[in-house]
Amino acid sequence: MNGVLKTQRLTKTFGGLIAVDNVSFELQKGELLALIGPNGAGKSTCFNMLMGQLKATSGKVYLANEEITGLAPRQVWRKGVGRTFQITATYSSMTVIENVQMALLSHYGDILRFLPRAHLLHRDEALNLLDLVGMVNQADRHCAVLAYGDLKRIELAIALAHSPMLLLMDEPTAGMAPKERVDLMELTAKIVRDQGMSVLFTEHDMDVVFTHSHRIMVMNRGKLIAEGDAAEIRNNPLVQEVYLGGGTLFTSEVASHA
Amino acid sequence: MEFFVAQIITGLANASSLFLVACGLSLIFGVTRIVNFAHGSLYMLGAYIGYTFMQVLPGGLGFWSSILLAGLSVGVIGVLVEMLVLRPVYKAPELFQLVATFGVILVIQDIALIVFGPEDLLGPRAPGLRGVIRVMGEPIPKYDITLLVITPIVALTLWYLITQTRVGVLVRAATQDREMVSALGVNQAWLFTGVFGLGSALAGLGGALQLPKGGADLLMDFHILAPVFVVVVIGGMGSLPGAYLAAVIISVLNVFAVTYLPQSTLVLMFIVMIVVLTIRPYGLFGREEVAGEHGQVGEPERPIKPASARMQLLASGLILLLAMMPFYTASFSLVFTTDVLIFCLFAASLHFLLGLGGLVSFGHAAYYGGGAYVAALLVTHVNTPMELAFLLAPLGAGIAALAIGWVCLRLTGVYFAMLTLAFAQLLWSLVFQWGEVTGGDDGLVNIWPSEWLKPTIIYYYLTLLFCVGGILLLRHIAHSPFGYALRAARDSQRQAESTGIDTRKIQLLAFGFAGFMGGLAGALFVFSKGSVFPNELEIARSFDALIVVFLGGVKTLAGGVAGGVFFKGIEDILIKFEYWRLVMGLLIIFVVILAPEGIVGSLRKGAERLNLIKSRHM
Repeated sequence: MNGVLKTQRLTKTFGGLIAVDNVSFELQKGELLALIGPNGAGKSTCFNMLMGQLKATSGKVYLANEEITGLAPRQVWRKGVGRTFQITATYSSMTVIENVQMALLSHYGDILRFLPRAHLLHRDEALNLLDLVGMVNQADRHCAVLAYGDLKRIELAIALAHSPMLLLMDEPTAGMAPKERVDLMELTAKIVRDQGMSVLFTEHDMDVVFTHSHRIMVMNRGKLIAEGDAAEIRNNPLVQEVYLGGGTLFTSEVASHA
Repeated sequence: MEFFVAQIITGLANASSLFLVACGLSLIFGVTRIVNFAHGSLYMLGAYIGYTFMQVLPGGLGFWSSILLAGLSVGVIGVLVEMLVLRPVYKAPELFQLVATFGVILVIQDIALIVFGPEDLLGPRAPGLRGVIRVMGEPIPKYDITLLVITPIVALTLWYLITQTRVGVLVRAATQDREMVSALGVNQAWLFTGVFGLGSALAGLGGALQLPKGGADLLMDFHILAPVFVVVVIGGMGSLPGAYLAAVIISVLNVFAVTYLPQSTLVLMFIVMIVVLTIRPYGLFGREEVAGEHGQVGEPERPIKPASARMQLLASGLILLLAMMPFYTASFSLVFTTDVLIFCLFAASLHFLLGLGGLVSFGHAAYYGGGAYVAALLVTHVNTPMELAFLLAPLGAGIAALAIGWVCLRLTGVYFAMLTLAFAQLLWSLVFQWGEVTGGDDGLVNIWPSEWLKPTIIYYYLTLLFCVGGILLLRHIAHSPFGYALRAARDSQRQAESTGIDTRKIQLLAFGFAGFMGGLAGALFVFSKGSVFPNELEIARSFDALIVVFLGGVKTLAGGVAGGVFFKGIEDILIKFEYWRLVMGLLIIFVVILAPEGIVGSLRKGAERLNLIKSRHM
């Protein structure tokens, strides 16, 4: 099996509500897999179970054939999974480069060291990561004063710090301007290609989804209802009904992008 | 059985003022997010003002009007405090308002002393309610029965006000989302003022109502504070039924404890609190606090950097000056400087936790006093040599901090703060009531250093070495990977946990380390004074450290030390005057209003504006 990530009948219930219902899928090496669906479909819940923020009610998660169900986020991270958040999470009292150095300190097991100066450690490697995401010229700026799009880039650099085999991105381009979205996703796609990484991401921007994903899964009310490449999903009547919306406007718009 | 019922009735009666004061505090916190340390002072004022009115107004009508008037007057005082002291500092960083309310405590203490005199006042009996009623053969004071009736009426009225009226809707909405409420066009300033006034009036009412049972004295402000915090936390922040139930539980248990286990009275409520919070982390009726959805108030904290060459030179000069001190000053200034140094180490240890870790401990005196007591107990009971006791003290404090931190870190925000306070009070109560071992109120005396360390100059150097060393170590660790991880856990626990950092472990270690350093300060203290008393463990001591850290500047590395020097220095000058608390309180309030980012933070800003230093806030 070539699967980087595999879920088996993953389920999460909150009281009587079944938020995620028997979701099974597999993610191949080097693949960019998009998970789409209307709000409340269970995408973020699914994500949070993969990374360990939520405990699954039942079902299993495997990372490269090793079961990781129920592990805490920091343990999942150690296994080689990086993630970015829907609402950015950065260390606001630190500089840009220190945000990245923090992840490197953790990766190299330096956290419990009391003597060295933290800001001198792994500085070159952090600069390389910032270069990768195009933030190197802002390395010493205070994180709290940056624009939202820049914070997203920093998050990406943080997520890449331990060269993960799998990257989970929860709405990576939400809240960004159209130009920034394209830039960020092209950047992500390039990094994934270069490093042989796999990506699972949720997204509402169909431009982004159709342009950059190799495969698309659609969720609705906790269930996977469709799976396929961009053309298949675009033409799937069920998907059009619950998510994309019907009408010719959409298809013609997509056609003009192609 | 009869006795049992009588006990319960007494407990219920005692619960009444506790409930009133507690729901006032809870209300104020819910809406304004201010932990009002001065709430006990408002309660005290209620008692004094009620007493004064009762002297003038005759008869039953006079008595009850006095109680109402006391409530009203304290409400007005609350409104004034809110408008004059708190309004200017709402924009300051979170919890900074604590410092302002602490200033209010000091001011009210001295005003009460000036206006009402130092004697304890015996509360007048309620006219027409002097006797007792026999309930199942047991005598119950009529006044207790009256209280039993009044409290539910007040509680129901409040409940009606909060749940059924328009004002109540606004109050509840503001408790959940202040920004939204103000975006909807509600004048937030007046809502805050109104709620603060109402909360204060409740405290005043509570103070006046308990007059026939307890009277009025100048210590009642701090004495009520701990039980009130406990009640609010057990009941759940912002919950009226919770506050009532908790007040009843605490009061009834207390009545039984007085009868059956008198030495446990002080400890008991903290044990109840710890048990409740272990089972229900947010109190009986409380909900988990949702962390501020709108980001932190005020300017974000700046990145830290190791001291520049200029600052290092300045610090070295200062240390040199301190080291040369025995050559140019008299020995009493050495004693004073010793005190300041110890206090600075104590404050710096709290700053480490509070500033870098974002862990607001209300009970840091537990480790300072704890360290002092570990040393004193070792010397007194097992004849430990001073040097060994001195080394074991911080170790003991550190271990205590690890244990306490392990429990407290299950909670966050104000519940965490209250639980740390509870543990500190638990230690204080143990020391206070376990007289055979700890000497109780008489403390432990004759705890002197070994012969070779006895001379003032030598002990001064010992203090200098450990305090400066300790402070520099704390500062160094702030710049180490561990210190960075501690700040990362504070800035974004989500991101830290998702990048492999065990934030709870980091915080726990920081808690233990801060406790260790606090214990070191305590050990230095006990051998410099030769004695230790329970007041080194009490709330006021914890508050001292807290105030100093905020005053100096939470968001600056040097905040703890700068605040410590300022606070001790001023205190030393002022304490010679009769009404030093008044001046000190006013001074604190002024600093809070003029320098809302703390002394160091505001100085830095001023210097940046004048282009004396480069801004790091690019």
